[in-house]
Amino acid sequence: MAVSDIQNNKLLTFVNGIHPKDYKELSNNCKIQRMPFVEEYTLPLGQHIGAPSKSIVQKGQYVKRGELIADSVGFVSVSLHSPVDGIVSDIGIFDTPKGDVLPGIKIKTDRFSTQQFHQKAVDFESLDVNGFIKSIQNAGIVGLGGAAFPSHVKFAIPEGKNCKYLMLNGCECEPFLTADDRTMVEYPKQIIDGLLIVNHFLKAEKIYIAIESNKPKAIEVLSKYAEESNSNIEVVTLKVKYPQGAEKMMISAILGNEVPSGKLPIDLGVIVANVGTIKAISEYFRTGMPLIERIVTITGTSINNPTNVLVPIGTPMDEILEFCGGIKDNTARILLGGPMMGAVQKNLNVPVVKGTSGLLVLSSNEVKDFDQYNCIKCGKCLDACPLFLNPSRMGLLAKKGLWDEMLDFHVMDCFECGSCSYVCPSGIPLVQSFRVAKGILREKSIRDQNK
Amino acid sequence: MSDKNKALIISTSPFIKDKDTTPGMMYQVIYTLIPIQLVSFYYFGLSSLLISVTAILACVLAEIVFNKSKTGIKSLSDGSAIITGMLLAFTLPPGFPLWMVFIGGIVAIGMGKAMWGGLGQNIFNPALLGRAFLQAAFPTAITTWSNPNGMYANLRGANGAFPFMQGLNVDGITSATPLSKMKFDHIGTNIIDLLLGNTSGSIGETCAFLIIIAGIYLWAKKIINWRIPISILLTVSIFSGIFYLLDPNIYPSPIFMICSGGLLLGAVFMATDLVTSPLTSKGIWVFGIGIGVFVVLIRNWGGLPEGVMYAILLMNAATPLINRYSKMRTYGYKNGMK
Ligand code: SF4
Ligand code: SF4
Repeated sequence: MAVSDIQNNKLLTFVNGIHPKDYKELSNNCKIQRMPFVEEYTLPLGQHIGAPSKSIVQKGQYVKRGELIADSVGFVSVSLHSPVDGIVSDIGIFDTPKGDVLPGIKIKTDRFSTQQFHQKAVDFESLDVNGFIKSIQNAGIVGLGGAAFPSHVKFAIPEGKNCKYLMLNGCECEPFLTADDRTMVEYPKQIIDGLLIVNHFLKAEKIYIAIESNKPKAIEVLSKYAEESNSNIEVVTLKVKYPQGAEKMMISAILGNEVPSGKLPIDLGVIVANVGTIKAISEYFRTGMPLIERIVTITGTSINNPTNVLVPIGTPMDEILEFCGGIKDNTARILLGGPMMGAVQKNLNVPVVKGTSGLLVLSSNEVKDFDQYNCIKCGKCLDACPLFLNPSRMGLLAKKGLWDEMLDFHVMDCFECGSCSYVCPSGIPLVQSFRVAKGILREKSIRDQNK
Repeated sequence: MSDKNKALIISTSPFIKDKDTTPGMMYQVIYTLIPIQLVSFYYFGLSSLLISVTAILACVLAEIVFNKSKTGIKSLSDGSAIITGMLLAFTLPPGFPLWMVFIGGIVAIGMGKAMWGGLGQNIFNPALLGRAFLQAAFPTAITTWSNPNGMYANLRGANGAFPFMQGLNVDGITSATPLSKMKFDHIGTNIIDLLLGNTSGSIGETCAFLIIIAGIYLWAKKIINWRIPISILLTVSIFSGIFYLLDPNIYPSPIFMICSGGLLLGAVFMATDLVTSPLTSKGIWVFGIGIGVFVVLIRNWGGLPEGVMYAILLMNAATPLINRYSKMRTYGYKNGMK
């Protein structure tokens, strides 16, 4: 055992979990590069969880970089802004990364524009909590970790609850992804600033920045800036283990207690924020720039130049892959997100959206077909599941279609981290079948309610 | 774009997988069994080899026949039938008639595994089930032990007996196993002989030293759960130790208990069978302690000198129940329930 392993073992973490090879070395030293502007951008109206935004522009209209093009509809919804100076070239229905089609806006870049940004800083100190929440909604800011849940909803603390701990999730436990790591290394000031702005309103007693120990540079710079800020920010180093970055797992690692089933972190007085989100918040209040670009990891063994790229929202994926040198001939899969929870990308002619954290190009060396055998009751999946579920048993029930029995085994608590499938020596598609089961059970309960 | 599209095969996450596979784990077990087989050849000569080969053949054949309809040849590739064959052979006396070995192998796979639905579905360890069947069917042959040492090419007993005949013991030399000497005559056996395997006994159980090494290797490879052998051995030591302290003239010492008979072989290779042991750590402790207690009970007070086989089979039977009661608390729940 290496010294670093011994140290790793003493670090805070949750129970169970897995240790996949992290492949971070492919891109964790690659500076974030700004992607040049492309000819046309596609902006789906429903990039976030909640009601899709409503377009306020017309075809042929000239819009400026950062200008509002679609307004939020209701509370659980955010605004959408133009990533470039350009002309609205089309309003219609376009392919999205999820594989479906959604209403959206296409903007043709103004080739003669210098793409300067003209908005003004927002004075947050003059705002009250509601004003703060409204501005974040207007800035179009969502959780940039992948789920794209509107951040202002998270920050709107329900009546009777309060926020004791604000946590920055810098775990980035998915193998391959390095966007958060690079963001922390290159924008430490903005991150500390963003946290302090948010906490100006949340008034948490303590702010934790949680980082896995395989990101020593990020830990170093953020510790330095946290100290200099003279605030209640503390950097905590967590053990490298998947899924350390799952909210529940991170909270358990730091606070030592569990988020009750069906409850939210705020029930424990915790609010968790993503690295990119906090950076976006700082940028919005300091420069007035809404969420119109994000940092994406383009990596994998089958992309020619793995790196981290700052791209305007709406950039077509194939152009980003070209920017990174194109894909190699032995490409087996292109994934949206990491290898543990990401989804296969069928169509590359779709835009990067607010929730796109990475594009992963895997070769046939990593994606292997394997034979499936019967469950040999080895218990590896039980030792892997961070929620202490019994994937072995649930897998057998799913095979027989006994969905209701699976409820007794708390299948609905499964958050589909995939650890069980990863370890199963018999190659049983465990999480895949739980996904199916959850879908069927959810439909069933909706049907029962409607009866 | 056409090149790119080829790569976009649809499937769902996770897209990476741990390197352990079920056949891989099975073959690791087979590799650790081979040295034990070699030592057995050294002590028991050709007989040991013939018995193992026969048992493996019978198990593989049974696997092919019984599983043909369902999985075809594929179920062979997981290697589990070979393990069952080797383990069954290891529990038999060197002079055991080969035709009986063959029947044992067929029963082990047929009744021990195929009948339940194949790999992973069975409740009892197939090798032990085969052995239990042989013990019931041929009680004399299975308790006829021959001496270690002698010419390699000599058969140790009635290996060559015709089917349905008991056959005569060819060289006529038989001897009591350390356990039966202890049980019926209260005579101990040199501990060094026990460790090296220089005693009479089943072909694969006598060399304690090699079995311990194999166990450590399998533990390091994360193929067996250390809690199983450790809980069994601890229980046997403590439980038998108490009686040894009370009356060392009647009861055997814990060290003798552990190194003699099939205890180590059972604790390392059979009780650890993934399929037939409990899933959770809590359950595994109950399982191991149960086996330990039964071993001491049967050895000290039962009618038989050896009790490992029945102890493990009994706890195999209890495993579904243990699994049900050792259900883990789910994250975010107070006690198993909401
Ligand atoms: S996918 Fe679900 S069952 Fe499997 S390890 Fe993750 S939480 Fe547990
Ligand atoms: S890891 Fe696979 S083979 Fe092992 S108990 Fe779980 S489902 Fe069964």
